[in-house]
Amino acid sequence: MNARSEIPFDLPTDQKTGYVGKSVPRSNARRLVQGRGCYLDDIRLPRLAHVVFFRSPHAHARIKSLNLSKAKSAPGVIAVFNGMDLQEFCTPWVGVLGHLKGIKSAPQHPIAIDRVCWQGEAVAAVVAETRRQAEDALEFIEADFDILPAVVDMRSALEAKYVIHPDLQDNICFSRELKTEGFDEAWAQADRVVERTYRFSRHTGVCLEPRAILADYNPADHSLTVHHATQAPHMMQDIFSKHLNIPESNVRIICKDIGGSFGIKVHVYADEMATAAISVALKRPVKFLADRMESFLTDIHAREHEATVRIAVKQNGEIVGFDLDDLTGIGPYSVYPRTSGIEGNQVVNLTGGPYRHKHYRAKLNVVFTNKNVTCQYRAVGHPIAVAITEGIVDEAARELNMDPAEFRRINFIPDDAYPYLSFPSGIKFECLSHQKSLEKLLTLMEYDKLRAEQAELRKKGIFRGIGLAAMIEVTNPSPAFYGVGGARISAQDGATIKFDPQGMITVTCSVTEQGQGNEAVFAQVAADAVGVSIDKVKVFTGDTSLMPYGGGTWASRGAGIGGEAVLQSGKALKSNLLDVAAAILAVEKATLDIHDNNVVDRLTSEVKMPLSEVGRVAYFRPDTLPMNFQSELTVTRHYTPREYGFTFTNGIQASYLEVDVETGEIKLLKHWCVEDCGTVLNPMLVDEQIRGGVVQGIGGALLEECLYDENGQMINGTMADYLVPMAAEMPDIVVGHIQTPTKQSELGAKGAGEAGTAGAPGALMNALNDALSPFNASLNMQPFTPQRVLQALGKVPVDG
Amino acid sequence: MKAAGFQYERPNTLSQAIQLLASSSDARVLAGGQSLLPAMNMRLASPELLVDIQDIPGLRSIEETEKGLRIGALVTHGEIQASDLVKRKAPLLARAVPYVAHVGIRNRGTIGGSLSLADPAAEYPAVVVASDAVIEIQGPEGLRKTNASSFFKGLYATDLEASDILTAVEFQQPRPNEMFIFEEFARRKGDYATVGLAGSVIASGTTIESARIAFFAVGSQPVRAEHAAKALTGCDMTDKFSLEKAAQLLNEDLDPMPDLQANRYTKLHLAKTLLVRALLKQG
Amino acid sequence: MNETRCLVNLTVNGQRVSKDVPVRMHLVDFLREELGLTGSHLGCEHGVCGACSLFVNGKLIRGCLVLVAQLEGAEVSTIEGLSESGELDVLQQAFLKHNALQCGFCTPGMLATAYDLIKNNPKAGRDEIREYISGNYCRCTGYQAIVDAVESVIAEQGIKQGVQ
Repeated sequence: MNARSEIPFDLPTDQKTGYVGKSVPRSNARRLVQGRGCYLDDIRLPRLAHVVFFRSPHAHARIKSLNLSKAKSAPGVIAVFNGMDLQEFCTPWVGVLGHLKGIKSAPQHPIAIDRVCWQGEAVAAVVAETRRQAEDALEFIEADFDILPAVVDMRSALEAKYVIHPDLQDNICFSRELKTEGFDEAWAQADRVVERTYRFSRHTGVCLEPRAILADYNPADHSLTVHHATQAPHMMQDIFSKHLNIPESNVRIICKDIGGSFGIKVHVYADEMATAAISVALKRPVKFLADRMESFLTDIHAREHEATVRIAVKQNGEIVGFDLDDLTGIGPYSVYPRTSGIEGNQVVNLTGGPYRHKHYRAKLNVVFTNKNVTCQYRAVGHPIAVAITEGIVDEAARELNMDPAEFRRINFIPDDAYPYLSFPSGIKFECLSHQKSLEKLLTLMEYDKLRAEQAELRKKGIFRGIGLAAMIEVTNPSPAFYGVGGARISAQDGATIKFDPQGMITVTCSVTEQGQGNEAVFAQVAADAVGVSIDKVKVFTGDTSLMPYGGGTWASRGAGIGGEAVLQSGKALKSNLLDVAAAILAVEKATLDIHDNNVVDRLTSEVKMPLSEVGRVAYFRPDTLPMNFQSELTVTRHYTPREYGFTFTNGIQASYLEVDVETGEIKLLKHWCVEDCGTVLNPMLVDEQIRGGVVQGIGGALLEECLYDENGQMINGTMADYLVPMAAEMPDIVVGHIQTPTKQSELGAKGAGEAGTAGAPGALMNALNDALSPFNASLNMQPFTPQRVLQALGKVPVDG
Repeated sequence: MKAAGFQYERPNTLSQAIQLLASSSDARVLAGGQSLLPAMNMRLASPELLVDIQDIPGLRSIEETEKGLRIGALVTHGEIQASDLVKRKAPLLARAVPYVAHVGIRNRGTIGGSLSLADPAAEYPAVVVASDAVIEIQGPEGLRKTNASSFFKGLYATDLEASDILTAVEFQQPRPNEMFIFEEFARRKGDYATVGLAGSVIASGTTIESARIAFFAVGSQPVRAEHAAKALTGCDMTDKFSLEKAAQLLNEDLDPMPDLQANRYTKLHLAKTLLVRALLKQG
Repeated sequence: MNETRCLVNLTVNGQRVSKDVPVRMHLVDFLREELGLTGSHLGCEHGVCGACSLFVNGKLIRGCLVLVAQLEGAEVSTIEGLSESGELDVLQQAFLKHNALQCGFCTPGMLATAYDLIKNNPKAGRDEIREYISGNYCRCTGYQAIVDAVESVIAEQGIKQGVQ
């Protein structure tokens, strides 16, 4: 009798109607619900050592003296390292790219040398047999610092009262200006100009699994195997190779189960580079797992902006143009290799996104501060661009006494205007559906009914708000994002599909999985492409030695790009399988098809033979096939989008909430999102990506902020003080779709991973300000805490 | 993080426990551990010796007494929540307990632990102050009882000396016509309060005859709102205007310390709002 | 200081274990390091995220907030044990069907909490479900699918018992 090995699981085994487009459950999730996943900290290796870091307590200081000798002789300690010790093993890096003109940053080392630039930056490393012992040893480190002025405020950083890196002459990492032709004239002719300044507090990802890396250097063959919770294993392979001076093919990155990433785990972290360098130095496996407080201090932060935006409109509601001044504060270094200039750059690119105005002026300043480093985090720049665009659009509608839905309706780029190649910031749209999406949303949410309900309740002293946020979203990027700037980050991906003799197929793909369901979607695509039932498909990702070369998962590219590679490889495999079948049956290939694990007659559907028979002959009895015939039952195909730098999607969200004007508490009643991400490969997985993204966006809008005091100390770096969305306060989220496939691929799938986060803050802000409009009060600073609501309502004074 | 190392003892009797506490200058009592262990895991606390009192008999019961209800220090929040006796005899405590953290924490956290720690944003200290409950303490000098109103001394400071152990809390049973009020404003369910109040009014019909109200998360310890309570005497609980007028006296009772969620003005405003709402609900 | 150790004897997933451990070792580290039961996860180690939720003597607790030294004679049930015994079958199937997990890191703790809810309040509605799991952090799902999954189990069980 077999032991109980798995819970019953209903995978559809009937391939008749195809899997793409269906809500097929994820078979790879079975092990996760049983606690049988393999996350990084689950991995054990012989002689595994643990590294912890002694971190700077100061935001900016010279390291005057550092004595590690007592720590070195603490129980269980194997070695200690300072910044200079690691120089021999790892070269420094600078986070700049060629296509961000003028971007500058200072070299960053795996462990700080001479000077620390943010509270939490590593100053020394202790390696011990257990993590407990390593942490105990930290208490014996003697460190003396000369405290330097800390640049904490963005404005003072910009004014360069104190320059963090004197060699760079000021604190500007990157700045950009653009102005369309004829801007001044057109602006002067507008009937009204509305201006607001929006502030966004920096916040962070809070992945439940903290950052984790296990580096294993083997001196015997000069090879480095890194188990890494990363989204981009090939990128890390390139970086470890380059900075640790190990040939690329000797570096292997393995990603198993990852407990959430959202962009946090796609960047290069100094302490992770240090871990790898230490493994090389010690010639044994070394693991680093950030604990939660370290995570708050050192996982990339994002989204600290002060954006002043103006909209010019005609009396009839037509938008003439937008004018934007955006200031954003990053850390003391631009993060490697994607740079910390991209978020601000996206804000400039995307502001005004859904609209057909012709005029645009923008100025961006990205400044260094002595707070934690920042970089790309889910929806990069979109939450800000969408919030400021949709916020000012609502203000304009309010001034003109127009319904916000109607105001948007008349200003959207029409659905028949594509391809739209004249958007003022230079981005190009292949095909979007703003108008259809708006109508679908208004129907889904019963907009008129909600407005009537709102009016009734206002009379009773209950204040509800309805907020809309239309958006565009970057997905499936080409090298336009990073490659053109010189980054060795691949914008293409590959899939290998292999036929096993018993009739199973195995897919490996260079796109990676962090729970969004890429592997599940690839299984659906492969099953349909080849003609097998989905229970016959296995998908593997996350091993640079075994997968084709590719980009990994970021910028909502997994399903669209990886999926297309899987589709093409699946189709090619099917063709090759039919070649073998035709040879076995001695018929024309064109008379055959594959369906539901069988080779069938294309016209009559009569089953000719099971695929396993094709496997038996091809692998074990090729002597029975024609003389010059070679079976080719493993196929690889690669894909990269070619025509458009970014494959834009569009969507529109709505938030319905109630404000308790006595306490400032905001209760989220419901949320809607209509999303056009092209072909929907698995509705359940797409909808869940959107829901998770919406709640993540709500977090930034309502709860999350990384608070620093005037000395650059983070004062709320625990889960009790940094507030993340929990179940009791979150709304149900209704999701609808329009499907406008991209023509750049056969699959037609665009991306969907970040859309929820892009639009939620804007929708929420608009709903909040709609609720408060009877009081002539509005909020422009996120997160919208009860205190800020009360201050806006004049119920409590601002200073305290 | 991993906690620093320590010595661990699990005595069988109260006197053993007290002796152990007295034997070290840096010893802490371990009961449920729901506040102490997080602090130790973050290395914010690293005592040399933990005295685990879970095996000591006589600390786990909820018993009716002449005066009302006596609850042993090791009774968990979960047990309090499930107890019919508590609902009947200490209704204010029953009202407060669902606000304490989350289920998993309530299954281990104890009333003794919560009161001994005296976190300014915790619910129980205000409940016992508003209830005029009596705290039972055993120490090297033997048993003593302290009224809750003098038990809390300051930020995380109580009447407990280094070798003392809080052993029980005794609540008076509800008085005739006593109605209990409990309100808490927190950012999310289960969070520490931004502002909260616990108390009771004795009313005839909807008119308040007397009130006892304690606020929490407004300073280093629970604060009895004596001025506001006095002003409430004679107020009709259906009359929002007069309740608001009385609530203004909180300006004299409270001088809130700001925290990450709210400054003193916001806390004062919320305190008044919560008080009025609590009473309107009774009206 | 030198590591103080002690001998602990307890039952984990029905099996008696006896180990010599550092007294400061909390239950989750004990399960993961000493027993290789890596299904219980650590997300914060300060008792807020709920990832470490599991059962001790039948009660739902946070494994990072209890020392294994406190658990002499206790019975511990982890995700592995609850899965192998089949107790979580129905919930796990519902989670898969509704995609009530993405990265899966919160899932063992979330399942334990959901299981506890259904035992204690078999008629819980959506708001009560949300309240009960309000101490379990999930960054991936936004919670709705989890609520849907638990609701579906409650409904199914209700039909079975003839309860409305």
